[in-house]
Parts: sequence; C-alpha cells; structure tokens
Amino acid sequence: MYRNLRWRLLLTLAVMIVGLALVLPSVPGIKGTTLGRILPDTPINLGLDLKGGIHLTLGVDVDKAIENNMATMGQDIKATAREENLALLKPTTLPGTRLEAVLVGADKQEAFEALLKKSFAAIKIDAKEKLPDDKIKYQLSMTPEYKKDLAKLTLDQAVKTIRNRIDQFGVAEPDIRRQEGNRIQVQLPGLSDPERAIAVIGKTAHLEFKIVDDTVDPASVQQGLIGPGRELSVLKQRGAKGETTEIPIVLKKDAVMTGEYITDARATIEQNNNQFSVNMTFNARGAKVFERVTEENIKKRMAIVLDGKCYSAPVIQDKIGGGKAQITGSFTQDEARDLAIVLRAGALPAPVSVLEQRTVGPTLGQESIDAGMMATGIAAVALILFMAVYYGLAGVIADIVLVLNIVLTLAGLAAFGATLTLPGIAGIILTIAMAVDANVLIYERIREELRNGLKVSEAVHKGYDRATLAILDSNTANVLVAIILYQFGTGPIRGFAVTLVLGIIMSMFTAIFVSRIMFDLYISKRPADSAVSI
Amino acid sequence: MSFHFIKHDTKIDFIGLRYYAFALSALMILIGGVSLVMKGGPRYGIDFAGGVIIQAKFDGATSIDAVKKSLEATNLPGLVVQQMGPEKDNDFLIRTSTSLDDTSDSMQKTVAAALSKDLPSNTYTFKRIEMVGPKVGEDLRGKALEAMYFAILLIAIYISGRFEHRWVAAGIMAAGLFAGISALQYINAPQVWLVLGALLITLILCFLLKLNYALGAIVALIHDVMITVGIFSILNKEFDLTIIAALLTLIGFSLNDTIIVYDRIREIRGKKTGDTLPVIINQSVNQTLSRTVMTSGLAFLAVFSLYLFGGQVIHDFALAMLLGIVVGTYSSIYVAAPIIVSLTPEGDADQPAPAKVKTA
Repeated sequence: MYRNLRWRLLLTLAVMIVGLALVLPSVPGIKGTTLGRILPDTPINLGLDLKGGIHLTLGVDVDKAIENNMATMGQDIKATAREENLALLKPTTLPGTRLEAVLVGADKQEAFEALLKKSFAAIKIDAKEKLPDDKIKYQLSMTPEYKKDLAKLTLDQAVKTIRNRIDQFGVAEPDIRRQEGNRIQVQLPGLSDPERAIAVIGKTAHLEFKIVDDTVDPASVQQGLIGPGRELSVLKQRGAKGETTEIPIVLKKDAVMTGEYITDARATIEQNNNQFSVNMTFNARGAKVFERVTEENIKKRMAIVLDGKCYSAPVIQDKIGGGKAQITGSFTQDEARDLAIVLRAGALPAPVSVLEQRTVGPTLGQESIDAGMMATGIAAVALILFMAVYYGLAGVIADIVLVLNIVLTLAGLAAFGATLTLPGIAGIILTIAMAVDANVLIYERIREELRNGLKVSEAVHKGYDRATLAILDSNTANVLVAIILYQFGTGPIRGFAVTLVLGIIMSMFTAIFVSRIMFDLYISKRPADSAVSI
Repeated sequence: MSFHFIKHDTKIDFIGLRYYAFALSALMILIGGVSLVMKGGPRYGIDFAGGVIIQAKFDGATSIDAVKKSLEATNLPGLVVQQMGPEKDNDFLIRTSTSLDDTSDSMQKTVAAALSKDLPSNTYTFKRIEMVGPKVGEDLRGKALEAMYFAILLIAIYISGRFEHRWVAAGIMAAGLFAGISALQYINAPQVWLVLGALLITLILCFLLKLNYALGAIVALIHDVMITVGIFSILNKEFDLTIIAALLTLIGFSLNDTIIVYDRIREIRGKKTGDTLPVIINQSVNQTLSRTVMTSGLAFLAVFSLYLFGGQVIHDFALAMLLGIVVGTYSSIYVAAPIIVSLTPEGDADQPAPAKVKTA
C-alpha cells in the first residue's frame, strides 16, 4: 500500500520546486538578487485593470476604404480608356460601393468591355442602359473576392500603421491585434492619458496639398454657390494667446499631391515667433512631383490639408526643389510632435473610430491589487484556521496542500504567460474554496467510513477512492463552465476563467494526490488501530 | 480533537418537504420577475447598454450634491452620479447613457470643464474612464446570452452521460438542439429568442428522452440564475460583464453541489438496497449534508472576504457570488434532487440503476 510512497514524494517535491521557481520571480524584492538571476525570468503578467493602462477597441471603416478605392479605380478606368481613344464621362461612386460611368458612342461598347476585362479584372458590369444621344450608362461594381481582399488588406494596413504610431509614441509592451468584425484591439499598459493616445492612434492623417482658388469669394460659396471642381474648407489659425480662429477658404478639389511620399517628419520650433511647425521630407519621386507642382503654381497659394482641415496656405514664391516642405502655424508642442508621428507612420487606409475604451489609472490599479491581496489573505487565513480547528491534524494537512495549491496556481499563470486580472484574483479565492471542498469531501467520507466501523487505513483508502470520483465529476463540470467563460469573455473575465481552470487542476493534484501522501505518511508512523485526528 | 456541525445521522425528510420548497422557489422567482417587469428589464451597465463612466477622485472634501449640481449644466444624457466607497474618500462615479460624438473624448472634456468651473479649488484625478459604444454593447449582450446557454447545454450532456450512462441520448439531444437552432436561425429569429428557444428545446428534449438527472440539474441552474437576477433587480444593481461572470461561476458552484448529491444517489442505487427512490434521495441528501454545509459555508466565508475587502470594482461581483452560493446550495438540496422524484413515475422508482458504479 505504501510502496510507491517514495516515488510519490519525489514527484511532489519536484513539482513544488518547479512551482516555487516559477512564482518567486513575481515576488517583490526577489528580482535583482542572486536568487533572482538564476530563476526563470517569467514574472506573472498583470492585466490592465491591475497595472493601469488603456484598452481600446477600434472599428475600421472598411466600407469607406473600399469606396475610396472605387473612386480611384473610376479615375483609372477613365484614364486607361482615354489611352484607347474611348471617352468615358463622369465616373461617380454610388452608395453600396458601386460606380456609374457613361460611355460616349454606342459602337465603342465592345472595345470598352474588352478593356475592362483585360485591365480591370476586379470590376464587373452590373447593368447597362442605352441613353438617347448615342451613349451607354454603365453600372459597375467590384467582385466579392476583390472586396474581401481589399478589406483584409485595409485591416492589415491599419494594424501596421497603428503599431507604427504606437511604437513612435513610446509605449512599453503594447498589444495590438485584429478582431473579427473589422475591429482592432489595442492595449497600452501604463499609459494614463487616453485623449492623447486616441488622438494619435485614431487620426487618419490623410495629407493633401491643394491649390487655393483666390478668384472666388468664400462668402458667396458659403451661400451655396460653388463652382465645379471647387470645395469649401476652413483655414485654422492660432492667435498669439493660443485661441484658434477658422477662416473659410476655397480650394481646387483635386489634390496636386498627397502625403504618401513622406519619408520623414519632425516637429521644430521656429525662432522668430516661438511657434511649432512640422518639417517633412519627401522621397525622390515626391520631390520631383513637388517641384513640378510648385513650378506650375507660382504666386498662388498652396493649402496643406490634413483630414479635410486646412492648416496653412502659404504663397508659393518659387519652385521648391530638394523634397522638403513645412507645415507651419497653429500647433502646440504636443500637437506638432504628435502630427509628426502620424505623418511619419503613414496614413490610415480608412477612418477609425473608437468603439470601446477602458482606462484604468495607476492609483486604482494599485488599490485593486492591495484590496485583492487583502481579501485573498483574509480568506486564506480564515479557511486555514477553520480547517485546523474542525479537522485537527487532517485539517493541517489540508492547509498545507491549500497553500501548495495557491503557489501552483500562480506558477501555472507564470508558466503559461497568462494574465492575472482582478476577476482573476476572485478566481483564486474561489479556487481556494474549491480546493477546500475536495478535502472536505474526502474527510467527511473518511469520517463516515470510520463510523461504519472500518479500520483507519481502510477508511482512509476508501474515503479517498470514493471521494475522488465525486471530485472528478464536479470539477470536470466546473472546467466545462470555465472554458465557456473563456470563449465568450473579454480581457479581465478571461483572466478569471484561466485562474479557475488552473486552480481546479492544481487542486485535484494537491487535494487528491499530495494530501494522500501526507495521510499515508501519518498513518504509517502509528500503530495500525490507533485513532486518527480527523 | 474534532468538531461536527451537522450530526452524521440526520434524517430530515427533504422529499416530504419538497412542495413547500417548490412554493418558496416559485415565490422568489415571482418577486424577482415582478421587479424585472416593473423596472422594464434588468438594469444594464455600460457594458451592455453602451455609455460612459468616469470615476473621479477629489483631493479635497466635496459632496455628491456638489458634483451632481456642477454636472447638471452639461446636459449629459442619463447622467447618474454615485458615491464610491466611504464618504471621506471623495470618490465618485459619473455615468451617462450615451457618449457625445461617439467618443469618450468630448465627454471627458465636458466633465472636466464643468468640474473645474464649479469646484475650482478642488483638484481631482480621473481614476477610471470606460466607454462602450452601442454596437459593442449589443455584441457583448449577445455573447453573454450565448455563453449562458452553452454552459447549460454542455452540463446537460455531461450529466446525462456520467450519471445515467446515456451518452447516446445526450448525443440525440445535442443533435436535436442543433437542428432546432438552425431552424430558428433560418427564420432569422432575434438572438434573445434564439437563446430562449434553445433553452426550451433543451428542457423539452431532456423531458422526452427521460434525462431526469440532467433536467433536474438544469432546472436548478435556471432557478439559481433567475433568483439571483431577480434579487439584483430588486437591489437595483447594474448588470455588466463581471456579473455575467459571477452568474456563470455560480452555475459551476451550484452544479458542484448538485453533482455531489447525484453522485451519492448513484452510489446508493448501485447497492440495490431495494429502497424507493424518495428514500434513496433522502438518504443521499442527508449523508452529504455535512459536506454541503461545510463547503458552502467555507465558500461563503471566502467570497465574503472578497465582498468586504476586495475593493469597489469587484463589490457587485462578490455580492452576486454570495447570493449564488446561498441559492445554489438550497437548489441542490431542494430543487435538483426532488425533481427527479417528481419526474419518475411511481413504481418505477426502484428500477435498478442503469449505470454501473465505477470506483476509480
């Protein structure tokens, strides 16, 4: 009966040592000591609700990206058609990512459709309609596969851009991942200014250079009289006291250049007026484009438009070579720095909106840790005292395995790189109760068998055997529930599910296996028929 | 040195008392149900309803009225201000039902501006800001329902298999359920109906297939969840994600108790003592009573510590667990086991147990 005792003891000791080695690095004060250096460097991760930080769920407007792509494609088709001597009029996007265009000359129909087939495989013709004056109106749309690809590409690009921006922002260990439903989850530990983080992450940063049309009076445009190819925008200006004013301004709709050529952007301070501005550097191609555009528009004003807002509109004095440009004016230091970050990291392929935001300040996180520790400690002490009093020496055995259970659960968290959250701490407390339950089941069963007149060793044997079945059944059911909890839950609740599963598994090991060893040791040391303390 | 709370030879006639218990349960569920109906459903927290909460801590003394008054001018929709913790902490929870412009940014600024204007000498920090958009809220609500439902289904299958050795019947149930859900999905039923329908199908299938143990356990679980939700409604507590986690946990806990009793029934039936089912169940409940009281008491103690010392964030979670432990213990004794008696036709009671008792 006791012949395996030595092996079981050795196994338990080994597990204990591994467990301690995994837990100790998380204990404050151990790190940095000699002991800390030889132990594995895997402290338990704390969730954002404990260490403070920002959790964001971002929704990427993929439809908008597809729409933009459709518009560009319309221009592309028009340009390609022109090269083949086909006249295509006003390609315009319609709701539902469709495109409408009019072909001049019904006899060109075949040539045009052949061109579409050859050069624009992603486009399919939904409908066509003969118009009176020898024209054909086409309704075009993208193939579903292309749309799907585009959506995926947009999301990937968005994740990449956001990661770039956050890296430049300087956050340690950010966690950025795609979620279903065109969503991106961002976790920024330790950051406590959500407003600024969101401003940096969520800015589309679509930079355009447009020519100002000074021949049109903005006032007349404001009354609704806007010429073709023109648009009304506002010029933001900051006064000496930091107040901002917005002046209406009329722009030519088509951008002469966009921000895609930017290779670098830096915030700088201007000596003469102490205002911050952003210096941009273009790549070779961008430099060439910029030189041509400025040459063509000397003495006109060029507006620098970011996400639809005009930041400055300097007069072009001469053509600008060398591939450098500057956005001046109305920035604070932080604004200039953040703008430089988003310009450097590139534009988002689609607008992004914040669907969910949870920010926990560092004070609250620390309060939660303290309160969680306190609650766990008090619960543990209360249970330990109670068990010792109620079950005597057997209770002490239960207490020892209970402590071991807590250590092993924490070790499991460290080993799997799981995250400890506030609900996770609640999970540990619940685990303590479950572990006690296992012991209670066994002990009540042993008491029962003793009352039935069995000898101590037989009662212990039978008690463990019978109770094991019940423990196994009830724990399996609990693990099933915890797995579902994990499946459905978000961050903190997943932490709860993980600690619960770990705790249950560890409690089966400690309560059934380890406590049995101690019981066997205890019984083997005394005369066969003497009473036990249970 | 050893103590006993419960004498080992209790002979309480639990089965005989079952109609009183059923009446009590029905009353509890009814009261909670009335509260829910009168309040127009559960009070959803921002996780499910969408909205913004800001927890602000002031460095100097101030009152809830002062904070409320300062924020009233902002016209934030559905504004609620609550005190967090003791009054001396000057810790307040500010909640609105919708966020302006769909970002918490402007809301945060609005609150900050109002507080700085009216309480200029009192500095404060935002300890916590949470914003959930309406769409995310809706998704989370659907997911929570789904989780509750799947938990119950899995449990039904597991219990039927383990305690009646009827994995085949359990499999038939799962298949029937799958067919039912597919049909409901086909007609595009809303998610709430989908889950309720699924629950109903599960119960009916359990009944038709005579999976009495599973049916007893499931009814007990639904009973626990309904009573806890009802009490939460009476106490005017909010439902958020952590409360759902608490409900799922109490499902696990209540089930734990139920299984222990079932395990004993399985054991006694295996001995073929020739007793009737009511007698067997009474014996089982009585024999496990000492363990039930011990475990539930200790679990209550542990969670009570969480309730008292665990901090504000987890307070309601602990409360739901405390209620759940009490209700769950009661239901294992008075709902799950007696239902088996009610479901089993008389004379059928002493059939030999279909399961062979395995000893590990």
